[in-house]
Amino acid sequence: MYPIIDRQELAKGNMVLITVEAPQIARKIKPGQFVVLRINETGERIPLTVAYKDLSHGTITIIFMVIGKSTALLGSLKVGDAIKDLVGPLGITEEFTKLGTVVGIGGGSGIAVLHHLLQGYGAAGNKLVGIIGARERDLLILEDEMKNLCQQLIVATDDGSYGMHGLVTDALKTLVERDNPEPIDLVIAVGPLVMMRAVCQQTKLYNIKTLVSLNPVMVDATGMCGACRVSVGGRTRFACVEGPHFDGHQVDFDELIQRNNTYGRDEKTSLLFSIRAK
Amino acid sequence: MSELKKDQLEKIAPGTEFTIYCPHCHQGLNLYEPKSNKTWFRLNITFRGRKEELFLSPKVDAFEQRSSLELAEGQVVEDMSCPLCQTSLIESEAHCGECDSPAAKIMITVHSRLIPFYICTKAGCHWHGISRADELRITPKVARQRVPEQDALLRIRNFQEVPYGFTRETALIEAHRCLNCKDPKCRLGCPVDIDIPGFIGLIKQEKFAEAAQRIKEKNALPAICGRVCPQEDQCEKNCILALKETPVAIGSLERFAADMERETQSVVIPRKAPANGIKIAVVGSGPAGLTLAADMVVKGYSVTLYEALHKPGGVLVYGIPEFRLPKAIVDSEINYLRRMGVKIEVNSLIGRLFDLNDLWEMGYNAIYLAVGAGLPVFMSIPGENLCNIYSANEYLTRLNLMKAYAFPDYDTPAPKGRQVVVVGAGNVAMDCARTALRMGSREATIVYRRSRSEMPARLEEIHHAEEEGIKFRLMTNPVRFIGDDQRWVRQIECVQMKLGEPDSSGRPRPIPIAGSNFLIDTDLVIVAVGAGPNPVVFSGFSEIERNQKGYIKPQTPAGRTNLPGVWAGGDIVTGSATVISAMGMARLAADDMHKYLNEKQDHWI
Repeated sequence: MYPIIDRQELAKGNMVLITVEAPQIARKIKPGQFVVLRINETGERIPLTVAYKDLSHGTITIIFMVIGKSTALLGSLKVGDAIKDLVGPLGITEEFTKLGTVVGIGGGSGIAVLHHLLQGYGAAGNKLVGIIGARERDLLILEDEMKNLCQQLIVATDDGSYGMHGLVTDALKTLVERDNPEPIDLVIAVGPLVMMRAVCQQTKLYNIKTLVSLNPVMVDATGMCGACRVSVGGRTRFACVEGPHFDGHQVDFDELIQRNNTYGRDEKTSLLFSIRAK
Repeated sequence: MSELKKDQLEKIAPGTEFTIYCPHCHQGLNLYEPKSNKTWFRLNITFRGRKEELFLSPKVDAFEQRSSLELAEGQVVEDMSCPLCQTSLIESEAHCGECDSPAAKIMITVHSRLIPFYICTKAGCHWHGISRADELRITPKVARQRVPEQDALLRIRNFQEVPYGFTRETALIEAHRCLNCKDPKCRLGCPVDIDIPGFIGLIKQEKFAEAAQRIKEKNALPAICGRVCPQEDQCEKNCILALKETPVAIGSLERFAADMERETQSVVIPRKAPANGIKIAVVGSGPAGLTLAADMVVKGYSVTLYEALHKPGGVLVYGIPEFRLPKAIVDSEINYLRRMGVKIEVNSLIGRLFDLNDLWEMGYNAIYLAVGAGLPVFMSIPGENLCNIYSANEYLTRLNLMKAYAFPDYDTPAPKGRQVVVVGAGNVAMDCARTALRMGSREATIVYRRSRSEMPARLEEIHHAEEEGIKFRLMTNPVRFIGDDQRWVRQIECVQMKLGEPDSSGRPRPIPIAGSNFLIDTDLVIVAVGAGPNPVVFSGFSEIERNQKGYIKPQTPAGRTNLPGVWAGGDIVTGSATVISAMGMARLAADDMHKYLNEKQDHWI
């Protein structure tokens, strides 16, 4: 059992931050790696990327959006409750080298993952530019943390309620197409698949290498089932052990978006069932 | 059966010569040898697989024999047969009254009547002459007992086990079929050398728990092996009864003994050697890992078993379905290990959570890698990533480990489809097709590129699948998956195959017939064409030597790897194999590990 020692609601309760005691995982986990957890005996195994770790306390912190039954259940756990199963670290981390300027683009709960990855690039001596976006102001998370980490931060909201009015891709456009733009060596995009697809289409035009963090369906997440397979450059790759970071220009996003919808109906059934059971 | 009475035999003067006949072809077997002016009768014998001739004196109590084989006293020949019609003369219902070995039947003429006579198959027993009929023990011929099974129409609607197992009565009858051979060939067929006649003998005496304990001396998991071992290729294939009729149902008896022991709560923990404080890490809790853990804990070591998933058992819990191996049985076998003192750490992905150095630092003195062959193999053909195409691993893991059949009580959803196609014809493919039927699919079809005789699944599994109405499309190979506009699979384009020359696996190579392409409708595809080595463990063991296919390459048959103190066994060495072969390797590794650690300790002193 893995006890929850901290819990906060972010973005008006749409997102939840939990800190879990898992000293062995905390000792090993690196930015961009994830864990799989199973909340209770009847639970499913869900992959969630780690936002922070705290070595001195032996904890890891996860930020997630409440979208289905499992995330709703996880979000309802209180400090002192415990998660039944927690496996990690999973996936492979990036080699954080000095490239120059790294632009991180985050949307939704992906901002938490982006923050962790940018910490790695920042520590390697890169100049960091952050672009974070949300539908509206209240859904934005980790703005202060990103501001502290990045040399420059652009915030965009779809409805214009805060920061720049528009999508993260619009923000990227202003960054690249302004007068005397400084060269960008790497773009990292973490967020909903449609956002990452849009960013990749754009950076392809600019010819900027782009890294994406994928979130396909997983069962065991140890390379055993192949549920998470994605087409990257025409080759099938397992995101759980070969990813979750891939060259965004090679990823077949349309296929992945469809594959992630496989259980759309079942997810609704599961959620309705759990509400009725209450 | 008519026998010669003792007094009748006594009337025959010693040295009387008989004419010997084969009981099957009725031809005389006597031969006259002019050189020595002697008469012999000739038989063919098989000993250690070699076929030889044996000449015996046809005189009463004349102990003379000649053979191209040197047989030491006490050795039992496997077969005696007629040199003319080649029929085996071994009679399953007759064995020597003195030593209980199987007896061979010949016919002799006494007072113009043909009378059956018996020769013991053991050298030095009644070998040299003709045994007396009254010294024979004749047991009535009993057919192999059938194991009752759940009816096919009923069972495709539930996940309960298919064979019900022997009842006490049938088990006793079946146990009595065992001839208790002095040189039991069945044992040679067992990868872990279970004392088969020994445990069957205990069943005969109705000492069921003792029978299970006898098995456990060599095999910690009898309830599992009794269910999933391919006995027909191992012990039962070698059973002497198989020569003339059907072999003893060793697997079902093993299962019976283990079930009786468990159900009567008479499981006892074996006596352990005193704790020596030496720590062993076992990576992977499948059959190999469990066996090594059990062996080492009995030898006094402190054993910790690491499992990446949330439940120990490896393929026994995520792969093999409930109707073939009830999970309650796996749980109870694992609890047995826990009671023996094995520590089990779930949720521990070795390679990521701990690497080799971490394990040494944690104070382990030896490491056993038994991580299995868990990487699903796909066919790499177009359309394979369409929705509702699964690896067998994913399909079975969802249903077995995650209990998706109980969705939405359990949160993991199950893949659904009306017309299921399973590609491949191994045991895993049968499991998938049979599971799909139980999940409500209308139709389940196995697509396989070779013919029926090359299908790798156990005969029993194929038979069960056929009974349940699984369709087989043989000599058929998928070349492309076709989806709808939502990218869900709808059809498979297949090509007809023909068989060519044998390939490296010894099976005929399937060759596509050009232009024979056709479509199969489907809405759920399960790819069960094999598995490979999962590379995830090697991120923590990068130095370990592996072969071209990526499996660990041990330096010795016992599984020592190039890294000192690290052994490997099971599917991560052999590729996909059976539960029992993994256990056999673990047994060898345990003995070797014990020897190594002992030597090392001596060295420290």
